[in-house]
Amino acid sequence: MDGMSLVLIELGVIFLGLGLLGRLAARFGMSPVPLYLLGGLLFGNGGAIPLVGIEEFGVITSEIGVILLLLMLGLEYSARELVTGLKRSWLAGLMDLVLNFTPGAALAIILGWGFTGALVMGGVTYISSSGIVAKVLSDLGRLGNRETPVVLSVLVLEDLVMAVYLPILTATLAGLSFFGGLRAVGIALLVITLVLLVALRFGPQISRLIHSNDRENFLLKLIGAALFVAGVASALQVSAAVGAFLLGIAISGSTAHSAAKVLEPLRDLFAAMFFVLFGLNTDPRTIPPVLLLAVLLAIVTSLTKVATGVWAAKRVGIGLPGQLRAGAALIARGEFSIVIAGLAVASGAVNEKLAALATAYVLLLAVFGPIATRFVEPLTRPWVARQQRKPAPPVMP
Amino acid sequence: MNFEDTPLPGIGVRREITLATGRRVGVVMLRDGDMELIISRREDPDACAAAIPLNSEEAAALGAMLGAPQLVAHLTDQHSELPGVNTQQFVISADSPYVEQTLGDTKLRTRTGVSVVAIARGGRVVPSPKPDFELGLGDVLIIVGTTSGLENAAHIIHDG
Repeated sequence: MDGMSLVLIELGVIFLGLGLLGRLAARFGMSPVPLYLLGGLLFGNGGAIPLVGIEEFGVITSEIGVILLLLMLGLEYSARELVTGLKRSWLAGLMDLVLNFTPGAALAIILGWGFTGALVMGGVTYISSSGIVAKVLSDLGRLGNRETPVVLSVLVLEDLVMAVYLPILTATLAGLSFFGGLRAVGIALLVITLVLLVALRFGPQISRLIHSNDRENFLLKLIGAALFVAGVASALQVSAAVGAFLLGIAISGSTAHSAAKVLEPLRDLFAAMFFVLFGLNTDPRTIPPVLLLAVLLAIVTSLTKVATGVWAAKRVGIGLPGQLRAGAALIARGEFSIVIAGLAVASGAVNEKLAALATAYVLLLAVFGPIATRFVEPLTRPWVARQQRKPAPPVMP
Repeated sequence: MNFEDTPLPGIGVRREITLATGRRVGVVMLRDGDMELIISRREDPDACAAAIPLNSEEAAALGAMLGAPQLVAHLTDQHSELPGVNTQQFVISADSPYVEQTLGDTKLRTRTGVSVVAIARGGRVVPSPKPDFELGLGDVLIIVGTTSGLENAAHIIHDG
């Protein structure tokens, strides 16, 4: 068999397998991401059926997958939503960052993975999966709940933090000197501010430039713009993903909605490839040794996320059950934790155990998060009832 | 009555009113144009007892049902000095033979002597509809007439 036919067969098997896994995930109402990771683990290095010849294709598709993931994330929000979100709930966002970045970073330091490892693991434990959370809230019929805007604004801030965090990460992973790194971060901050300002003022014009009623034409312009901006951003050391995210922010209104519709299947295809490749490059035999650590980290960071949600919801006067619902909703980690770990592993600048730990961690919380969100109410009901019977604590004068 | 709008970044907008009983009733308008009717829970006002997805047709029908009685009450008030004249509302249900027929097709005035003074569709009210007005599922007809005329009109609208 010649190389090309082998590659085609392998890709066919991968995509078919992913399709079947995706259907399985949909049946249980869960995110397909953990199953894609498992699929990758199964096929890859040291897995049951090793694949050869698709590395190059895999690397490029998964890079495009990350760009599309972030582009779609940017399309979800308008610049105005980001700015009001920032103004209204920056304190909750700061709390979220401190509480949830610290456990991952601390573990990396304890394991001796150094500053770079700490930066990566902190990011992995910090970022909730906005995709999983939004879907679970909508599936559970909680969009009308009072605590839901609190949860969503925490997610918005996290995604905004990603725009600052990713350039820092890229600079660190590239091993830039302190001043080189500082310069890269400075450029990134400048670009982000500039894009937000431009998007606030000229959003409609940019959208008109990209928009087209012809689907093919629209798609070409979108993908072209995304890849171009991502490439330029990457050349400036700002990280390709952030470039795409910012482009997504700049596109607004109805253009953003139709862009999201046109891009969704492509994003699903390429991003699936990204998750599989991440799994492929992780040797499943490296997981059992880190499993206990992953479980511990998952428990600690579930608690810190619950604390974040409870605190943020309490501040806006939500009752105890709502506070707990907000906390549990934030637990799910997913695609962006893997994006962060993926960037780190691809650069080769981190300990090889990191990929295994991140995979196991995301597998655990992508599954546990939605379950916790669903069952937090029945499980805490007796405790909540006891709390509510207690007389309210005296108000401080 | 104050509408309270809460943006849901990445999802849409929640628009609601707080009732005198303290319960919240409203809709979540999703980005893609879908809508959910929400009703807060009695014992936990932060949560929702129900979040019911509505398509635009269903939402419009519900809006007409909720809005029409007020109009009827108003008209009844106006006719209070005219004994024997009444105002009533009739919904074009799925069983009605006049879905997607014009108002003229019902021949209501010739057959019963009543007049259709307004049609509520969604949040809108169409006053003095013309005979070529096309009736849709969920439209609420506001009809003025004598008691017996209204009874006959009810039969015609439901059974043709």
